[in-house]
Amino acid sequence: MLWGCSLAVQREVRGAGMERMGDTNRADRTGDGLLQLAVRRLWGSRWLLSGGVAGVVVASSVAGSALYIAPAIVVVLLAIAAFAPTSERSLPLPGAGPAEAMSLRDLSGEYLAAAVADPLIIFDRYGSVIHANAAAMAAFGNLAPGLSLPLKFRAPEMQVLIEAVLSGTAAVETAEYIEKLPVERAYRVSASPVGHGTELYVLVFKDQSETRRIDRMRADFIANASHELRTPLASIAGFIETLRGPARKDPAAQEQFLQIMQNQTGRMARLIDDLLSLSRLEMRPYLAPGSRVDIRQVVGSVIDSLGPLAKENGIVVEKNFIEGPLEVAGDRDELFQVFENLMENACKYGQSGGRVVVSIDRGASGPEPSVDVTIRDFGPGIAEEHIPRITERFYRVDVDASRSQKGTGLGLSIVKHILTRHSARLSIKSELGQGAAFTVHLPAK
Amino acid sequence: MQSVHIVSAYDEELKYLTKRIAAMGGHAERMVEQAISALVNADPDLAQKVIKDDVVLDEGQREIDEKAIVIIARRQPMATDLREIIGAIRISADLERIGDLGKNVAKRVVAVTQERQSNSLFRGIEALANLALQQLKDVLDVYASRNIDSIGFVRDRDEQIDAMYTSLFRELLTYMMEDPRNITPCTHLLFCAKNIERIGDHATNIAETIYHIVTGDQMPAERPKEDKTDRVVLPVHQPAK
Repeated sequence: MLWGCSLAVQREVRGAGMERMGDTNRADRTGDGLLQLAVRRLWGSRWLLSGGVAGVVVASSVAGSALYIAPAIVVVLLAIAAFAPTSERSLPLPGAGPAEAMSLRDLSGEYLAAAVADPLIIFDRYGSVIHANAAAMAAFGNLAPGLSLPLKFRAPEMQVLIEAVLSGTAAVETAEYIEKLPVERAYRVSASPVGHGTELYVLVFKDQSETRRIDRMRADFIANASHELRTPLASIAGFIETLRGPARKDPAAQEQFLQIMQNQTGRMARLIDDLLSLSRLEMRPYLAPGSRVDIRQVVGSVIDSLGPLAKENGIVVEKNFIEGPLEVAGDRDELFQVFENLMENACKYGQSGGRVVVSIDRGASGPEPSVDVTIRDFGPGIAEEHIPRITERFYRVDVDASRSQKGTGLGLSIVKHILTRHSARLSIKSELGQGAAFTVHLPAK
Repeated sequence: MQSVHIVSAYDEELKYLTKRIAAMGGHAERMVEQAISALVNADPDLAQKVIKDDVVLDEGQREIDEKAIVIIARRQPMATDLREIIGAIRISADLERIGDLGKNVAKRVVAVTQERQSNSLFRGIEALANLALQQLKDVLDVYASRNIDSIGFVRDRDEQIDAMYTSLFRELLTYMMEDPRNITPCTHLLFCAKNIERIGDHATNIAETIYHIVTGDQMPAERPKEDKTDRVVLPVHQPAK
């Protein structure tokens, strides 16, 4: 009885073993390799085998029939153990690629998160950060593992969102999240659990800033432009009236009025240029990553390009640059505009000082090392109460002086915008009668 | 952040406190933001919403106070835990005050915007508010991360806020002297500016509390005083006859 059963099983197993052997042969194994494999397998399963052999011997002696069969069965057992491929013990084949080795199930969540371009944060059921991808780090700063999300994203709608997904009342939740400072950004955030029973959750942020910004830009542009353009327009309209009326027969007055009108139209054109460049900057509050510029070269070319203006105003520009590499992360054209605006101001408003000193230095005053560019003039200086305000749009220390210098009231506002994008700071030191120093602190990274 | 206690319910209670503080902080930030936006965009409906929302912060403060007292009575906390709990009481009081100040700005919206005012009046207020809000945001971020190494920014920005406030004070006085019709809106704006400056001060207080929670020491004492409005006078011009 017992004997017949075990034989049948052994035949089946042997059949399977022969088939698998065929498989391995097809896989172009050399004879040597096969032998080595067999030895390794036998050694690996030595305990099971010895048990099996003992079992066969005992069984056949109990059955007491056909003694010669026992050695044959032992041989068959050994052969199966040597060649039947066992999944858990099989070694990776030399030719097999990594794609086979790593299935989707084993894919690291970290790699997957890194491949997502949107900010993505994985958190546990206490709301603590497990992992934040690079985009999230770039958007929200340091999200160290263990940081509590409800403490970081305090906006009421985010609190509701995180609470809802953690309590399991909803599978997928979305919310609008708007960050006003330091630059306005709007996201559509969705929160959902990861898989089943993993107790992990994920927040994905979809950037919606651009659409919002286009709306805002239109509103802002109209508000600013209508207000600031109305003044020159009113003056032009007034002069046209005078030219057609009282001054119709007075060529000297006509010439004078036409000159004023030309100045006014020039001012309007500059204003539109500045408003447009400010709006463009607001459209893209982030800097294209990865671009680097040599500050020395940028500042140098600004000084060259403003040479005529400096000469016209009787200004001598002195350079005071330190040695060594001075590369910073930044956009060349934008930084050019920063230094151009600052230099232009120094030449115009610091005219009475007769000289402007441009220096580049390494700074350590801030929280991190920086490259500091200082543009110092020796003009009348800026009164203390104006210093905190001069980067506001259309804020003018002296309206008449600004108008006569063809200022639009937007130059420093543009500077501040660009520097915010570069995570840089602008510090202003001035005293009445002592001139003014504008220092740009660019992070040296 | 916190050490682990044998009684895990205790940890839960402490965590609950910090979470409530963060939620209150979020509300306070939102209220101030909306109050300013109501003021700048002349939006009385939004102002009404802000005034109503203040209840949330009052409620939050009451709840944190009660919770904190219960924890002290039941667990008899020591050292860090005690500082954490006392800190929560103090921070929630500061946040509640910030809410009140935001509400006060919102209340003035109707008076200021009854007649269309020039944009330039609001630009300064907006810039001041941005500084104060950034201060509040950064301070609450430090509460989340407990990374007090970077807390030096608080002093710098406090200085900037005070300088900006002084400058704004001067500007508003000038407008009032230029045209008596400006006096009503400018007086209200002066109070708004004062409120915003106070919001910055409360944020600085919170930073000091956080420093105390984490280190057990007081924040280094030098506290710059840039608010010079107590000395601002404008020369009086006799109107030409």
